[in-house]
Amino acid sequence: MTPKNHYLNHTSGFASWAFTLDHKRIGVMYLVATLSSFLLGGLAALAVRTELFSRGPTIMDADTYNKMFTLHGAVMVFLFIIPSIPAALGNFVLPLMLGAKDVAFPRLNLMSFWLWIIGAVFCIGAVVAGGVDTGWTFYTPYSTTTNTNVIATTLGVFILGFSSIFTGLNFIVTIHKLRPSGMTWFKMPLFLWALYGTALIQVLATPVLGITLLLLIAERALGVGIFDPALGGDPVLFQHFFWFYSHPAVYIMILPAMGIISEVISIHSRKHIFGYRFIALSSIAIAAFGFLVWGHHMFVSGQSGMANVIFSALTFSVAIPSAIKVFNWLATLYKGDIHLTTAMIYALMFMITFGIGGLTGLHLGALAVDIHLHDTYFVVAHFHYVMFGGTVIALLSGLHHWWPKMFGVMIDERLGRIAAFLIFVGFNTTFFTQFMLGSHGMPRRYYDYLPQFAIYHRISTLGSYVMACGFFLIAYYLLRSLFRGEAAPMNPFGGNSLEWHTSSPPPYDNFTVTPIAEDPYDYDNLVGDEVSGYKSRTYEGAKA
Amino acid sequence: MLSQFIGTGSNFWLPRQGSTSAAGVDFLFNAVTSISIVFFVLITVVLFYFVYKYRARPGHKAQASAVHNQTLEITWTVIPLLIVVWIFWEGFTGFLNLQTPPQNAYEVQVLGQKWKWLFTYPNGVVDDNLHVPPDEPVRLVMTSQDVLHSLYIPDFRIKRDVVPGRYEREWFQALEPGEYQIFCAEYCGTSHSAMLSMVIVHKSRPEFEKWLADAGNFLDKLPPEKLWEGGQKLYNQRGCKQCHSIDGNPGIGPSFKGIWGHTQPLKGGAQVTVEENYVRESILNPQAKIVAGYEPVMPTYQGRLKDKEITAIIAYLKTLE
Amino acid sequence: MMSHEHSPHLQHHFDTPEQQFDAGKLGIWLFLATEILLFGGLFCAYAIYRANHPEIFLYAHQFLDKVLGGTNTVILLCSSLTMAWAVRASQLGQRKLLITLLSLTLLGGCGFMGIKYVEYKAKWEHGLLPGTHFAPHEESTGGPGHGPGETPEHGKRPSNVQLFFGIYFLMTGLHGLHVLAGMGAIGWILVRSVKGHFGPEYFTPVDFVGLYWHLVDLIWIFLFPLLYLIS
Repeated sequence: MTPKNHYLNHTSGFASWAFTLDHKRIGVMYLVATLSSFLLGGLAALAVRTELFSRGPTIMDADTYNKMFTLHGAVMVFLFIIPSIPAALGNFVLPLMLGAKDVAFPRLNLMSFWLWIIGAVFCIGAVVAGGVDTGWTFYTPYSTTTNTNVIATTLGVFILGFSSIFTGLNFIVTIHKLRPSGMTWFKMPLFLWALYGTALIQVLATPVLGITLLLLIAERALGVGIFDPALGGDPVLFQHFFWFYSHPAVYIMILPAMGIISEVISIHSRKHIFGYRFIALSSIAIAAFGFLVWGHHMFVSGQSGMANVIFSALTFSVAIPSAIKVFNWLATLYKGDIHLTTAMIYALMFMITFGIGGLTGLHLGALAVDIHLHDTYFVVAHFHYVMFGGTVIALLSGLHHWWPKMFGVMIDERLGRIAAFLIFVGFNTTFFTQFMLGSHGMPRRYYDYLPQFAIYHRISTLGSYVMACGFFLIAYYLLRSLFRGEAAPMNPFGGNSLEWHTSSPPPYDNFTVTPIAEDPYDYDNLVGDEVSGYKSRTYEGAKA
Repeated sequence: MLSQFIGTGSNFWLPRQGSTSAAGVDFLFNAVTSISIVFFVLITVVLFYFVYKYRARPGHKAQASAVHNQTLEITWTVIPLLIVVWIFWEGFTGFLNLQTPPQNAYEVQVLGQKWKWLFTYPNGVVDDNLHVPPDEPVRLVMTSQDVLHSLYIPDFRIKRDVVPGRYEREWFQALEPGEYQIFCAEYCGTSHSAMLSMVIVHKSRPEFEKWLADAGNFLDKLPPEKLWEGGQKLYNQRGCKQCHSIDGNPGIGPSFKGIWGHTQPLKGGAQVTVEENYVRESILNPQAKIVAGYEPVMPTYQGRLKDKEITAIIAYLKTLE
Repeated sequence: MMSHEHSPHLQHHFDTPEQQFDAGKLGIWLFLATEILLFGGLFCAYAIYRANHPEIFLYAHQFLDKVLGGTNTVILLCSSLTMAWAVRASQLGQRKLLITLLSLTLLGGCGFMGIKYVEYKAKWEHGLLPGTHFAPHEESTGGPGHGPGETPEHGKRPSNVQLFFGIYFLMTGLHGLHVLAGMGAIGWILVRSVKGHFGPEYFTPVDFVGLYWHLVDLIWIFLFPLLYLIS
């Protein structure tokens, strides 16, 4: 069943990977890179939670703790969560879904990857050289006056920003220009709509982060004074610039995740997606509205009351398209034939954990309540529920869904289920308690805390260890599958988007038989089952 | 049982209501929580029900059904929209209340610095806790000495960032006499989590006035041989303690233990003897002489410590052998 | 199927040269959009600080030399003309003309950077630098600015004048870096033009570098009045 020649063994040697123009190899390299970053950021998180297990110093002093939570945030946001789904899964799947041979600009794609590497070197270098202690948000004046390695880190993030911009640019042009005839916009798989919305944000928002970081570097290195009140500057201006990017950035994080859920829910319940147009257009709506709400991170910063009111109102508007998606996914399950594969379990888990994350956004969008909750653990819990309970869970779903396609092997479903259980229990234990910490007034980024918060911190820390076990189990069985996994058929789950109509793994130029664009969610032409895979009647008799 | 974990007067989610604004905030918090629970239960129940009813099993197949339904889409767009409009409106009106101090509020100036809150009362008294009279609105006018801080009083449900170079305001009216926690809620470096203080709501206005008068006079009332106690109080209250220990351990700044009358090595190689003039200069112009091995980060107390307060601090230093 | 008469420039993942060119065009326009957003942050900072402190901008801009700035504007406009003409020349296969026009464009870039150097040097000498480095020499706050025709009367100096110079150096500095990058790109296609790479069937790099250069010019056309011509 596994073809003899495919993109993984087509050529070999370090140079054939380091200088590859094959989007599939670039996707795999990004996968390794972003998952390694997840490991680093995760270890930092375990260190933070271990320190917080007891009051007072537990395993580190205050300065080290401050550097540790900064490391956790910066690595997770810039090295892992923003690139991961688009650059790893998106790079691999997008051209295949379009029946194309590659993205529009393969050399730019390789450059994106090397920019990621260079940016990572700067950031890790900054850590090795003593770390940064500003928090991943770099607020001025603290970031312009602290004597930790701010410039090295922000330069690294600046470079990573360009990696992201070029990936977005590549995807926009590919989707516009490399669609096959017959695949109009509303015949594209929803993962592509999601990647398109994401790419728009990457291209339009990231340059603003770029200029923000340049201004921060100029202030530190040249004393320009744009954020320094003593020199006529305004420290709150930094927050406006920073969040103008960083709020849309969270939609870079969640839109591709939602795209994955659309694919997995439909395929693994053998049912056409419900409300295709609404889901597709809600991705664009989220991308657009996402640019208008940055001020909701700044309700207590001193911006005007009028600004607060406008940002609060617009913030609620963004909630609606996300809710629409959740209802459409539920409706897709109706009268389906639901296979509880590991990929599907994660997709269903997403609706629960992202649901909680999204609903707690309502608390934070309400002005009067946000005054109390801002900068407390309630916010920390909210964003972990949407970023982890949303993006990471969806990434796991997508990884398990496309793993057979990418590597030609099946995953051990039993171990997959056990790990999913550990992650679900561990995650909720870690972060649900943090909602309570926050609403009771525990501020965030605190090295030490008052006695009444101790029990919550202990429970949260224990949850994080359970979660870690889940991840180590996933790493184990994924790696084991590469060596001992059962060979994967071309179409193990019965999808009808074009990537399922080529071998697992695909040949280096993607298709041996020219694929035929059809409704990607129509499974009527597919025969087979999950044991031996599915075959499409559309391709019966087609010659390779 | 929960109250032993989270303090008296509090419920499952929120701490006790210490101010007149707290009830309104809590009402909205609880309303949004209830709405969230309803939708969460709805989604979860439907999810589990569908997954059970339509689970794959031998002989079972997916059945054709509509792939879109305009009415359904509009319904589940409009209903959430109406709900969030209501939440926004309640949040907005509650915010107006939190923003707008009443006319006759008692005003206290607040200074945030790394890592101490300092409160200056109308009569010039400076204290490191926020003392207020009961049953009166209090307005805080706040600025920062250095980086961003944020003054957060969870029991009162109020919070506002404190920015260098400008003044921010927040207000509250306490419901009951007692003590209420103040946190710094904007990350500000090493001792961000130790930048704590208390609101002390006095039992009556006369009791508050008495405290205020005593606080104003405390140095004058001390006999000369006890002046060092005034210095000790200033050491504890005015931000010296955050950086200078009295047990010999170096902190952000040198320890005060045993330095009086001895020499300190300075950055650049020179030496200085720790006597009255050096101490006074270090308080008013700390960048003039930096002890070797330390960073020039001490803020100036020019205009913030009176001469007799400096004298009291000097008296205290002399006692630290 | 049609014959596989591929242009040597047709990349394997495109079906036709037109598709490849269209894709490239969309790509370069998207890139230009990102540049506009990058500068947009600086224009935004300019707008905010000028609205809040008009007196600083009114006072400090007098120390910029309008003649030099105006000359630079004319130079960049002319170089955009030669660049656009160069694109036309490449489309028509006029190799010698293409080389001449690209060289003139490059020369314009050098001229621009040369005048920039003169301006920056003068600022340095007069201590008119941003932020903590602002240390104006006495004669530059009371005496005439650079170049002929400047009036000696500048009025009373408002506080925080260094804010203007911070914005000035950041905006013109970032723009200058982009001019240098553009010059590098033009140099590269000049070399390729000499080697005869471009003609009616393939002129894409000339076209796209041209678009980039036009944007660099356009940004300066906004910078010049905003910084030099405040009244």
